[in-house]
Amino acid sequence: MLLIRCPYCEEARPELEFRNAGEAHVARPSNIAAESDEDFEKFFFIRSNPKGIIFERWRHMHGCARFFNAARDTVSDKFILTYKAGEPKPDLTAIAESGPAAWANRPPDQLNVKKPAAKRKTTKKGEA
Amino acid sequence: MAATYRISGHGRLPQTKTARFSFDGRSFAGVEGDTLASALLANGVHLVGRSFKYHRPRGILSAGAEEPNALVQIERDAARKTPNVRATVQELYDGLTAHSQNRWPSLAFDVGAASDRAGGMFSAGFYYKTFMWPKAAWKALYEPRIRAAAGLGVAPDQPDPDHYASRFAHCDVLVLGGGAAGIAAALAAAETGVRVILCDEQAEFGGSLRFEAGASVDGANGWAWAQASVAKLAAMDNVRVLPRTTAFGYYAQNFVGLVERVSDHLARPGDGLPRERLWQVRARRVILATGSIERHMVFADNDRPGVMLASAARTYLNHYGVAVGRNVGVYTANDTAYAAAIDLKKAGINIAAIVDLRDNPSSPAVDEARALGIEVNHGRAVIRAGGKLRVSSMTIQPKAGGGERTIPVDAILMSSGWTPSVHLFSQSRGKVAFDDATKRFLPGTYAQDCVSVGACNGTDDVTAAVDEAYAAGEKAAREFGGKAVKSVRPKAASTESFAGNMLGAAPGAGADMIVKAFVDFQNDVTAKDIRLAVKEGMRSIEHVKRFTTTGMATDQGKTSNMHGLAIAAETLGKEIPEVGLTTFRAPYTPVTFGAIVNHGRGALFDPTRKTATHAWAEAHGAVFEDVGQWKRAWYFPKAGEDMHAAVNRECVTVRKSAGLFDASTLGKIEVVGPDAAKFMELLYTNPWEKLDAGRCRYGIMLREDGFIYDDGVVGRLAPDRFHVTTTTGGAARVMNHMEDYLQTEFPHLNVWLTSISEQWAVIAVQGPNSRKIIEPLVEGIDMSDEAMPHMSVREGTICGVPTRLFRMSFTGDRGFEVNVPADYGQAVWEALWAEGQKHGACAYGTETMHVLRAEKGYIIVGQDTDGTVTPNDAGLDWAIGKKKTDFVGIRGLTRPDLVAAGRKQLVGLKTKDPKTVLEEGAQIVADPKQPVPMKMIGHVTSSYWSENCGRSIAMAVVADGRAMMGKTLHVPMPSGVIEVEVCSPVFFDEKGGRLNG
Repeated sequence: MLLIRCPYCEEARPELEFRNAGEAHVARPSNIAAESDEDFEKFFFIRSNPKGIIFERWRHMHGCARFFNAARDTVSDKFILTYKAGEPKPDLTAIAESGPAAWANRPPDQLNVKKPAAKRKTTKKGEA
Repeated sequence: MAATYRISGHGRLPQTKTARFSFDGRSFAGVEGDTLASALLANGVHLVGRSFKYHRPRGILSAGAEEPNALVQIERDAARKTPNVRATVQELYDGLTAHSQNRWPSLAFDVGAASDRAGGMFSAGFYYKTFMWPKAAWKALYEPRIRAAAGLGVAPDQPDPDHYASRFAHCDVLVLGGGAAGIAAALAAAETGVRVILCDEQAEFGGSLRFEAGASVDGANGWAWAQASVAKLAAMDNVRVLPRTTAFGYYAQNFVGLVERVSDHLARPGDGLPRERLWQVRARRVILATGSIERHMVFADNDRPGVMLASAARTYLNHYGVAVGRNVGVYTANDTAYAAAIDLKKAGINIAAIVDLRDNPSSPAVDEARALGIEVNHGRAVIRAGGKLRVSSMTIQPKAGGGERTIPVDAILMSSGWTPSVHLFSQSRGKVAFDDATKRFLPGTYAQDCVSVGACNGTDDVTAAVDEAYAAGEKAAREFGGKAVKSVRPKAASTESFAGNMLGAAPGAGADMIVKAFVDFQNDVTAKDIRLAVKEGMRSIEHVKRFTTTGMATDQGKTSNMHGLAIAAETLGKEIPEVGLTTFRAPYTPVTFGAIVNHGRGALFDPTRKTATHAWAEAHGAVFEDVGQWKRAWYFPKAGEDMHAAVNRECVTVRKSAGLFDASTLGKIEVVGPDAAKFMELLYTNPWEKLDAGRCRYGIMLREDGFIYDDGVVGRLAPDRFHVTTTTGGAARVMNHMEDYLQTEFPHLNVWLTSISEQWAVIAVQGPNSRKIIEPLVEGIDMSDEAMPHMSVREGTICGVPTRLFRMSFTGDRGFEVNVPADYGQAVWEALWAEGQKHGACAYGTETMHVLRAEKGYIIVGQDTDGTVTPNDAGLDWAIGKKKTDFVGIRGLTRPDLVAAGRKQLVGLKTKDPKTVLEEGAQIVADPKQPVPMKMIGHVTSSYWSENCGRSIAMAVVADGRAMMGKTLHVPMPSGVIEVEVCSPVFFDEKGGRLNG
């Protein structure tokens, strides 16, 4: 069970007290009725779903009941930091990239698995 | 029967205290402090079970939690039958009853053992290969037969009568494992005053000191030091000592699950004690002192009863005073087996021979064995064990081949080395690293705030282990603010040597040998199976594991994983670290469902919510239905009435006179503040700014995508105060939805939201006589039509209690909803009931409520809508504020698919035969003669018999339904096609005059 720090209560509390509330920093347009179909699609349907650090909303449901934001590593499940709703998206460039997958106890080169090729080579015309 | 293998003068148990027990119906005597395994061995019983796949006779391999073979069924009474109990862990109590498993008709003669002789058929992956054809036979024939023949114990068939406890705990230092290292670490931390928890899976602390006769600490015998130290720790206020407690799972942020076996070792269960206690511990630092596990040797027929780990035989002798045989052979690649042979020899047991796979073993232990006159054969292998129900001989041969020699024995002790127990470290997401010098995986990179000490960290020597552990305890204490104390580091000394290590199959079970040399005893996986898996194309160790099932039994391969890995690596022609280790997962040893489920069963599985009038409804014969967590009165049958008759009577009575209905389960939210109306404008489709105080409006809430999310009547009590009602099921999520928008999208609005669902009891009084029933009880409210028209709300008192009195209707008749503080709910209900009796009113339940609203075409969100229905689809366009520029869902409503033609629209359906009642959920087609699969154009959402209409009524969503009024559609059912006519969803009082009737 994770411990999550509520930025309002200023205390780390067990995961059971919290509810995830989806991706953060997806602001509702002020003149939403005038949005184009494409912009509304981006606002309502499209989410980043990253492997690595995600900015997401949590609610301290069984505590202060406040919504807040968190930066969490989706690979290790580790919370990088939490901050109050309305505060700007923090700059996490200083924070190291994600380690190996949470479920793997060893890095890929020790796992007897090939690392996925970075990118498929473009084939020239006439080559298979 | 006398315990003929108990050796007086050996072991630590008081041999005078007898405990009687039975195994497969035979009575035996053990002594207090025995495990079931040691007590059986004391009686000369080695054969305790049949194996999983081949039904081979099996004995006791180990003396601890790693046991793969000796699984038994413990039966206390009809309900307390525990399968797959490891006899090596089960403590003996007087009257214990155990049965062997997986045998029929008896342990010594088992019909299923034919599969052993037919072994060729049951090679690795045999399920996938053998039972492929004919396809249909798998479900009907093969699977049931295989399931009956294979498998372990039998699950109990009665509810568990025991109870289980649960505790949360926090500490600075959690020490997992109470051997020499764990005790030393706990001592170092505890002395400084920090909070320490020390646990061990065994009944007594000491770990390998249990058998290591050569270890001493501070000049005292190692075992005695351990007991004295733990007694000292247990007496300290800042320390919690938990014996019989297994750390089974290591989760995020140093959260560790422990299960404490509280009463399984007691002669009588219950007596107020839980069976087990689940500990959920959050530690600032975890010290892993989990020790190591000895491995067996992989050779032909190494599973014969009597073949066991050397350390186990030594434990049975030095702790339990039990000899595992009279004429014992030893097969080893490791020094520790010599110590076992020496201890047994000194106890008067004949050691037939030591066979050491190593060419020139040299250590004081080897010299001592020779000095005692034990025959030591080096550079030789045991190529097979003789005997069937009990080992009778071992056949040895030089490693390079050559002359065989068969030595009669009644037990074989084996050791190929020790595997550090990195299970919990690995579960903590730490990465293990292969140590090439000692050929073992050790803790490498740490992922959490923990530290490994002692044998699990590769520190075998007890002196070094105690030093390392004590230092780790001191360091943790220093970091967590422990007070400075004079260090009293224990000084350990030992003559024990752990040198020597081999992995994989021994020469007698080589690649070209067709023998059963077991790697994984519990799942019956042999060296040959693993080689076969590699030959058949399994390259990843994870695939080899799944194809052969090695390491996948309840013991999770504690003794077998490293052998399996080494054989796979050898066959692949790779180094072990290249092949990699399979992932360790929780639980470390099996955990009962009882411990996990704990109190959360029966009434405590999910809360039951009851309304204020529940007791009254019960007393008046209500039948209840579950609506979420609520118990709601469904209908109130009179004597002799079935549900149909009761509902018909209730429906007619409400429209003729009046009915009382408990609507307390509706969600209620108070929206208060200067910007309350602005907030309501944004959250609901309707206009609210111009709604007068004292008036009500039916509100629709959308999601941002334009679909109906919830609905309910909202009363404006004052310009800055709204009393919002939601659906019963939507109460919590609507509150969350509102809070979400208020806190994150519209934080500029000065509004407070308060859930008042539990605070107000709601009594709906509906029907032409409703006003006459309420009026005499009300003070301060003019209930005339002029002063209080339909859709208005007033505050006053009823029966002297404050009320929010709504005039509203979910029946289409004149109606009121009386809100009173929940504590007065039943009293006010009883007063209204007494008034109602004067007018022939009835109490009605949810079924009548559903029928009456359907007669009027009122929708229920979640029944007539399913999350893809827009207000327009439901015929509720009128509820959208046309001049509004913003509300949640406004943009979604103009999405292309939501404005396109052909959407399913809410309509009424009348069956051609008025007696036929449609099934809710039934599909609707235009032409029943079209070929299957038919084009389905909609489905029935609500359907009832309406006594008031004298016919069946139904609501449905149908593509372009509103353009089909009067048309005939078809509902194909298994019993035939039902003809229906599309109509308006309002079946009763279409003009609505009865609202004021």
